Amino acid sequence: MKLFRDLLRDYRFAFAFGVLCILMVFALLSFFSPYDPSRWGQVPRDLRPSAQHWLGTDSNGQDIFWTATFAVRNSLIIAVIAGVVSRIIAVIVGMVAGYKGGPWDRVLMFFSDSLLVIPLFLIIVMMAMLIRASLNLVSLGLLLAFFGWAWDARLIRSQILSLRERDFTQTAILSGTGTFKLVMNEYMPYTTPLIFSTLINNMAWAIGLEITLAILGLLDLATPTLGTMLYWAINYQAILLGRWWWVMTPITLSVALFIALYWLSVSISEYLDPRTRVQRVGAG
Amino acid sequence: MFLKRYLIPRLIQYVLVIVLGITAVFFIPRLLPNDPVLRTIAEMRARGSYLEPGAMDKIISDLQQMYGLEGSLFEQYLAFWGRLFRGDLGVSFFQFPTPVIDLIMTALPWTASLLLTTTILGWVIGNLVGGFAGYYSNKTWSRVLDAIAMVVRPLPYYIFAFALLLIFAYYLRWFPISGGARLGMRPSWSWPFIQSVLWHSFLPAMSILILSAAVWFQTMKLVVQNVNAESFVTYAKLSGVKESRIVSRYVIRNALLPQITGLGLSLGLIFSGALITEIVYSYPGLGTLLYNAIINGDYNLIMGITVFSILAITTSVLIVDLIYPLFDPRIRYM
Repeated sequence: MKLFRDLLRDYRFAFAFGVLCILMVFALLSFFSPYDPSRWGQVPRDLRPSAQHWLGTDSNGQDIFWTATFAVRNSLIIAVIAGVVSRIIAVIVGMVAGYKGGPWDRVLMFFSDSLLVIPLFLIIVMMAMLIRASLNLVSLGLLLAFFGWAWDARLIRSQILSLRERDFTQTAILSGTGTFKLVMNEYMPYTTPLIFSTLINNMAWAIGLEITLAILGLLDLATPTLGTMLYWAINYQAILLGRWWWVMTPITLSVALFIALYWLSVSISEYLDPRTRVQRVGAG
Repeated sequence: MFLKRYLIPRLIQYVLVIVLGITAVFFIPRLLPNDPVLRTIAEMRARGSYLEPGAMDKIISDLQQMYGLEGSLFEQYLAFWGRLFRGDLGVSFFQFPTPVIDLIMTALPWTASLLLTTTILGWVIGNLVGGFAGYYSNKTWSRVLDAIAMVVRPLPYYIFAFALLLIFAYYLRWFPISGGARLGMRPSWSWPFIQSVLWHSFLPAMSILILSAAVWFQTMKLVVQNVNAESFVTYAKLSGVKESRIVSRYVIRNALLPQITGLGLSLGLIFSGALITEIVYSYPGLGTLLYNAIINGDYNLIMGITVFSILAITTSVLIVDLIYPLFDPRIRYM
């Protein structure tokens, strides 16, 4: 709890945390929606925001407010799946490469470097195009997880490299601790903060790619996500036709989400770095 | 020494990454359950009446050749490479019989000019402003810029592009909403055409420029704040070296090295972001070409763009990496 109170003293953390809470509540509202998100033409088309339709309606005949609640929920689900699964891959790759070293390290790091250099987004587009029919929230999350671990595996590896040189590693090995136990009991506590802060960044990345793929029309377009909302808005040329409210909603929500995730990760990683922590919250 | 320690391993890595990427492009359609070739052929047959009979057969044989459906998997793989070496990426299905490479070459100047100017300008501006903001980190303007960067930095290119589009093209009407030049204008080196192109590409360029400048600004500011605390800077100050000279020659120069590595690493991301930005503005580059290819299910074109991008990006990263030692006085060519 003290940790949380310390973090809240940073205005960025307080703001980001507040915004994320609001977005969560917003996403939970979807369970009380009077409309079915997969059906079109339930309300009159292209209405401006009014008392009855708070954020207006779109050209598919959907209420934008309620569609947006589903959109935020679905985008967050994709992000959490992608983030958690890619964390597992990143931790395994990073630990094996860092701890085993030698050829293991070289091969694994070659793969992760390649993933960083190759324009991944196009490969993901190719794959999404081929499995388009079976792309749902879960499979999309897994597809993104499969490609999203490279950078973070590198970070974890470098931390393991430095931990391996510390005295306690020698002590543990000499006193007969097994590799698995050593990694889980001794190294995990050190890497957990790093894993958590990369998780947030990775979630932002996954939401961004989800939006990208949706704009390209590669997702199930009947499922509302932040991306598919934008897809339909572009498809009906909402800006050209002056239906600003339709574009405004997903844009404002995404901007809030991206800024909140980023500020959260910045303030947490600054807090974790002892040099900056002293400046901010004092030595106590 | 330099050759053996640095250049050769780096070149080997370059070749390996390309082989890995292109092998992935070759095998992905074969590993996934629904084969795009068979599907495309089936689709072609179904709507064959729209095409001349000759064209139809040509497409099918072309498809079979392009994916090398004849022979064993390994033979197909070799044939695929053989065609790539001849610069042959097959023909587009939906703009038959235009070769894919021609379509890419028509779109490329648009993307290349947009990307090159914005990437370089963004890097230079971000680093310069970031350098000074880091040196004078207590001044108000430095804090204001920092706050702006904190807000802009996490936004993806296309979200930012949409925001700019709403404000400057829809609400204020300063700039056109879409396109690369006025409709019906023929590309030429005449002033009205150039003017029109610049006016149309201003917003797309700004969305990429501002975002990438914000990234460089932040990292540079942080690095400079650290370099600032080093003893040689204090020494220079005490010896009465002019402050502008300290910032540009001592501080920024030292902080610039990691920024060059960063530029290499970020090229792929900037490239992907730029493609989507193009789609938002219907700017006639590779991104819009890709978008149309996806809408039309033109798999050959998508594959062509992917192969081409892998080559272009890995080569650019290699060039940045090879330039790097030129800037670092500690590494010398022998």
